[in-house]
Amino acid sequence: MHAHHAPQGFIRKYVFSLDHKVIGIQYYFLALFSVLVGMSLSLLMRFHMIHPDAKVGWFATLWPTAAQGGIMTPELYLSLMTMHGTIMVFFVLTTAPQSGFGNYFLPIQIGAEDMAFPVLNMLSFWTTFIALAVMVAAFFVQGGPPLAGWTAYPPLSALANSGPGEGLGQTLWIVSIAIFCGASLMGAINFIATIIDLRCQGMSLMRLPLTCWTWFVTAILGLLGFAVLLAAGVLLILDRSAGTSFFVPGGLMISDQILNHKGGSPLLWQHLFWFFGHPEVYIAILPGMGVTSQLLSTFCRKPIFGYRAMVYAILSIGFLGFMVWGHHMFMSGMSPYSAMAFSVLTMAIGVPSAIKTFNWIGTLWGGKIRFTTAMMFALGFVSLFVTGGLSGIFLGQPALDLYFHDTYFVVGHFHMIMGVAAIFGMFAGTFYWFPKMFGRMMNETLGKIHFYITFVGVYAIFTPMHFLGIAGNPRRYSDFTNFDFLGKLLPVHTFMTHAAYWTAGIQILFFFNLFWSMKYGKKAPMNPWNATTLEWTVSSPPPFDNFGGQHPVVNHGPYEYGVPGAPRDYVMQTDPVDVHAE
Amino acid sequence: MPSSITSDIIKPPAPPRGGGFGGGGGSDGRGASRRASMTGLMVLLAATTMAFAAFTSAFVVRRGMSNDWVALPLPPVLWVNTIVLICSSMLLEVARRSLKSGRRGEFNRYWTAGTVLGALFLLGQGFAWRQLNAAGIFVASNPSSSFFYLLTAAHGLHILGGLTALVYVDVQALSLRLGPGKRTAVDVSAVFWHFVDGLWLYLMALFLVWG
Repeated sequence: MHAHHAPQGFIRKYVFSLDHKVIGIQYYFLALFSVLVGMSLSLLMRFHMIHPDAKVGWFATLWPTAAQGGIMTPELYLSLMTMHGTIMVFFVLTTAPQSGFGNYFLPIQIGAEDMAFPVLNMLSFWTTFIALAVMVAAFFVQGGPPLAGWTAYPPLSALANSGPGEGLGQTLWIVSIAIFCGASLMGAINFIATIIDLRCQGMSLMRLPLTCWTWFVTAILGLLGFAVLLAAGVLLILDRSAGTSFFVPGGLMISDQILNHKGGSPLLWQHLFWFFGHPEVYIAILPGMGVTSQLLSTFCRKPIFGYRAMVYAILSIGFLGFMVWGHHMFMSGMSPYSAMAFSVLTMAIGVPSAIKTFNWIGTLWGGKIRFTTAMMFALGFVSLFVTGGLSGIFLGQPALDLYFHDTYFVVGHFHMIMGVAAIFGMFAGTFYWFPKMFGRMMNETLGKIHFYITFVGVYAIFTPMHFLGIAGNPRRYSDFTNFDFLGKLLPVHTFMTHAAYWTAGIQILFFFNLFWSMKYGKKAPMNPWNATTLEWTVSSPPPFDNFGGQHPVVNHGPYEYGVPGAPRDYVMQTDPVDVHAE
Repeated sequence: MPSSITSDIIKPPAPPRGGGFGGGGGSDGRGASRRASMTGLMVLLAATTMAFAAFTSAFVVRRGMSNDWVALPLPPVLWVNTIVLICSSMLLEVARRSLKSGRRGEFNRYWTAGTVLGALFLLGQGFAWRQLNAAGIFVASNPSSSFFYLLTAAHGLHILGGLTALVYVDVQALSLRLGPGKRTAVDVSAVFWHFVDGLWLYLMALFLVWG
């Protein structure tokens, strides 16, 4: 066996690279750019919520029509909300944990030289890039970005003159999402084929690190979900531009004109969308669960508690995830019997979720915990997952959901579990794998300051939302000052907005730490965390073909820490079978 | 070089040494092995199935929920197209088996014939569209015609992708770059073609029963 050398030349090496590691980093930075855009939009929304009448000079410069005289219109607020949700869900939560970290570490963790289809991998990244460019372009077209929300419910999203942004902006939105679906399908094909066929000798399924299991199941969810979203997107585009009536009912009047559409069903879109949309939640959170499992075991110096139970829990979360989409539609007037069925299935997901949480706590129990920044974020993930999951039990009841559905309770719930928990998974992954990716260590002191303020900050932002929801504060409204019953809640909004400023501000520390450490961080050894999986058997960063032309042979499970009688407190996956004879 | 018959296309290469399941079995040691290619194809077919399942459920729901559905008169040329497509699939399968047992000349003839029939199918579909247009039935005329155009277009795109693969394999075959030991592209494109063939039969059944 001989080592393969990287292609020379900037373009082949860094731009149109076929190397899964370069592509992983490209995805990571794409997500980093997107999260900055998404976070800025959320700050604008939070600002508007407590200063709805404020005149801001540069608003008028940015949006001459939507913010005439510097005052944000409700339509502009809805556009910001739509773009915040879309960019965060698709280009951050779907992109970084799976395509970013997954691309970089999946082949190394299973002992492969690259993904199964490197060219497809490159295409998949650049297609995602085009999708992002098209999405961002919606900010700059006439009418501005769409305002139909990230769920793009018709008829609003299907009719070009139903509001500002519903013309070219909404078209760009659908086209971007369709392109994104294509990119995700390519990525999913690559991930699944790689895990099934490219595992090295000895890497049986039950020796896969849990990160690989979550990437695998996430890829399956993406494959099945994005195919359906793509189909739904095609139908929506036809309704918009070809005059069909899949989703648009008859008799609608817009601008005093009766539309030609007739007979379509907006609920059909909701069914198709949420058949994708619910698995999408797991696409965002499963990789975070994998990273958390990996880190808890590594930093407790204990095997993961119940490895097999974890695998089966991941599989059943993925399986059940496809059968509960109706719980997003309790408000749609569905038959109470269907609602009951969806509700029971939704509650059933609580079982594998509780198994995972129980096993995480079981792993922590009696461990020799090393409180690194990466570990802190993994613990933060567990905390946020439990908090966000508990409010899910309320929302899964049709009777309660009818009350909560259009309130801030839902906003608090999904930000906790899908947004912030997944982001904490990404932070954990970043601090854990940065040494391998960039060959240097991140600063632990800055990391811990960043962690504590972020952790307190996100609870300060999102916990009050649950109380607002219980008090009846509706979501998607841009201005609460005109409602008497909401008057007493305004101080809570002020508190949340200031918490958001603080939390967003402290992220500067993270960005500084990230880029500073890339250049000036302490040199990283091969295995700084004394971890066991294959990526820690190669240099930091790994050579071009990952293993220098060797084919690793795996003899051990992924989490053999604290093995009695072994010379170290951990056994690498590639260590000889009889570690005692070493 | 392609002009001479090299031994590696007659005899399969030895499995990679010490390399467990995969370890990158491509010609340069990186990238797709034969197994991974077949897996990737199966995964792709799963995604296509999901997309058409979504279309089907939209079809059934949209048809059942309102009373504006008018049955679409299917252009008779679709029956000719169906037979052409089935023949195309059968020819490709004969070709594939010829190559497996080393009859390369036979492979070239049958594969080329199957590819030509595939292109004919696409032309025939275009002809069916023209007939419908001439009868005044357009995409927005009725939900039944919307779905007909949508499903035939989506299927046609898959045919187009399949044809690209068939032509690619044909060019490889005619320049003598394929053999019993080098036929992953043949198998992958043939299986994909059989799938779109089956998909078309399914769509015909859908149009006949519910269209």
